[in-house]
Amino acid sequence: MSAVATLPDAEEERPLLKVSRLSHYYGSRLGCRDVSLDVYPGEVVAVVGESGSGKTTLLNCLAGRLTPTAGSVEFRMRDGRLRGLFSLTEAERRLLARTDWGFVHQNPADGLRMTVSAGANVGERLMAVGDRHYGRIRSTALDWLARVEIEADRIDDDPRAFSGGMRQRLQIARNLVTRPRLVFMDEPTGGLDVSVQARLLDLLRQLVADLGLAAIVVTHDLAVARLLSDRMLVMKGGEVIEHGLTDRVLDDPREPYTQLLVSSILQV
Amino acid sequence: MTDMDDARFPPLSNSLPRGERGPVGGSGAGADAGVELNGALSPLVGESGREGAPGAVLDDQANLRTYSFAYLDEQTKRMIRRAILKGIAIPGYQVPFASREMPMPYGWGTGGVQVTAAVLGPDDVLKVIDQGADDTTNAVAIRGFFQKTAGVATTTRTADATVIQTRHRIPERTLQAHQILVYQVPIPEPLRYLEPRETETRKLHGLEEYGLMHVKLYEDIARHGHIATTYAYPVKVEGRYIMDPSPTPKFDNPKMHRSKALQLFGAGREKRIYAVPPHTDVVSLDFEDHPFRIQTFKEPCALCGAEGVYLDEVILDDRGGRMFVCSDTDHCEERRAEGHRGALSGESR
Ligand SMILES: Nc1ncnc2c1ncn2[C@@H]1O[C@H](COP(=O)(O)OP(=O)(O)OP(=O)(O)O)[C@@H](O)[C@H]1O
Ligand SMILES: [Mg+2]
Ligand SMILES: [Zn+2]
Repeated sequence: MSAVATLPDAEEERPLLKVSRLSHYYGSRLGCRDVSLDVYPGEVVAVVGESGSGKTTLLNCLAGRLTPTAGSVEFRMRDGRLRGLFSLTEAERRLLARTDWGFVHQNPADGLRMTVSAGANVGERLMAVGDRHYGRIRSTALDWLARVEIEADRIDDDPRAFSGGMRQRLQIARNLVTRPRLVFMDEPTGGLDVSVQARLLDLLRQLVADLGLAAIVVTHDLAVARLLSDRMLVMKGGEVIEHGLTDRVLDDPREPYTQLLVSSILQV
Repeated sequence: MTDMDDARFPPLSNSLPRGERGPVGGSGAGADAGVELNGALSPLVGESGREGAPGAVLDDQANLRTYSFAYLDEQTKRMIRRAILKGIAIPGYQVPFASREMPMPYGWGTGGVQVTAAVLGPDDVLKVIDQGADDTTNAVAIRGFFQKTAGVATTTRTADATVIQTRHRIPERTLQAHQILVYQVPIPEPLRYLEPRETETRKLHGLEEYGLMHVKLYEDIARHGHIATTYAYPVKVEGRYIMDPSPTPKFDNPKMHRSKALQLFGAGREKRIYAVPPHTDVVSLDFEDHPFRIQTFKEPCALCGAEGVYLDEVILDDRGGRMFVCSDTDHCEERRAEGHRGALSGESR
């Protein structure tokens, strides 16, 4: 833990997010317990587990949306220094949330402004960080709509007129427009039908690779974990019971519970 | 706490003990207040309210002295003045205040009336305008109300007024340092349009997160090709708070910028007061490639020939005849008195 500045090419080896012994209780009810995790730049980590296992609780603590009961979450700021999330002021945390981070909700309506146009949904973060050129904001929005495969002529429609898959793609564009370094996703393909899911997964995989994004993806779908993630955590009863490279965990699960999970998926 | 406040803010114009001050007032008013209140109410009940005032108490000048000057009791006025002072200290910031019931419905300017009541002194000269005119029912009623309850002189001439209460306009004549402009505000929160949650808008102001305001302007341009907001056009005050200038036309926004006069805003139903102290920067929001512009009019005023003023459309007949005249009626009259003539005013004088 030396404070000496490291050379740029050592950057890849330094974690972007550092989680130590994190626990969260809702009153006396356990949300998640004793989770430690490092996330490196450009890495996708999947969090899998059955309903109620604590995935969303963990994700919300990592994204600063819930204050953990114990433990710490540190993020490497652009100046290279690790800062404890909960030692940041609320203003700093919110700035981080709309610049360096993204948060993709399962239900797009929770992450979009449903009453303003697609263009404004994508442009909002740009305006929030001070872009004051309408033409530039609009062309950036058009560019991002294209990247998430939304036709240019839908730019002035509001998301109420969009299908579920389009809304989710719009939510992704809205998050990525500021080139965040870390994106949190809670069941990004949940609630979509299978063919729409497949297309969205493809798109996500491509964007993550193109942008070199680090991401933490909560899902109860092992196929999503397989396609998107480099590493995965398996949660049960609020704790991480297995943690490793995705291929290793899925092909050679060590914990009996993970074996059960994997085999039940394989039967499908 | 109350003791301390009282020591710091002694009553300005009324040192009578509470019990002798009569029933008119906010917090201390008893159940029987309604009867006597009719006197104060009468100017607002209708144009003819003056003669038939049932609460004869207030018709008696000597008796009037025993009532609170300008309707509100001193304690209420001190509370409002504290909100005003805080507003002046933090330009553009919406200060919550304990808005009182006034003898008129919301939408009639109860916020503005309370602010006026709190700043008015016996030597003030009051002007009240509604859409630029001194003679609408609303303006006449409020002017009558303060004549009755404060006995102050009133005027329609901008130059002669020391306090001007307004709904929807800023006078054309440049205001001076000795003048106070009081705005009646229906909706003080500029972020309401996209963020209805009060807890959230307060946070956005606190953290200076104003991206949403530009989202609104973006939507305007996307839909109409230009910023179509013409009223309540949002401004940034002294480089910090975003403020709704009340439903004045954007034409008047530049008049707020570095005005020599103190500008006070009162929202009765929403219980908010805010202020722009003299010489304060008030900048209308815009985009670099869609800069803020005020409305322009093709023709001058049909009555006085004024250009560069805000005009109202007046329908002349049912065959499409119409003319454009100064919305600021005092300005128009003054110009005509000086001999200026417009295209349709040949016969006047
Ligand atoms: N707001 C809350 N108040 C109280 N308990 C909660 C709250 N949110 C979650 N919990 C509890 O915390 C535990 C973990 O819930 P969490 O939502 O994190 O699970 P999850 O893995 O995301 O489940 P799912 O797959 O159904 O979304 C559960 O026992 C849940 O009942
Ligand atoms: Mg969940
Ligand atoms: Zn005129």
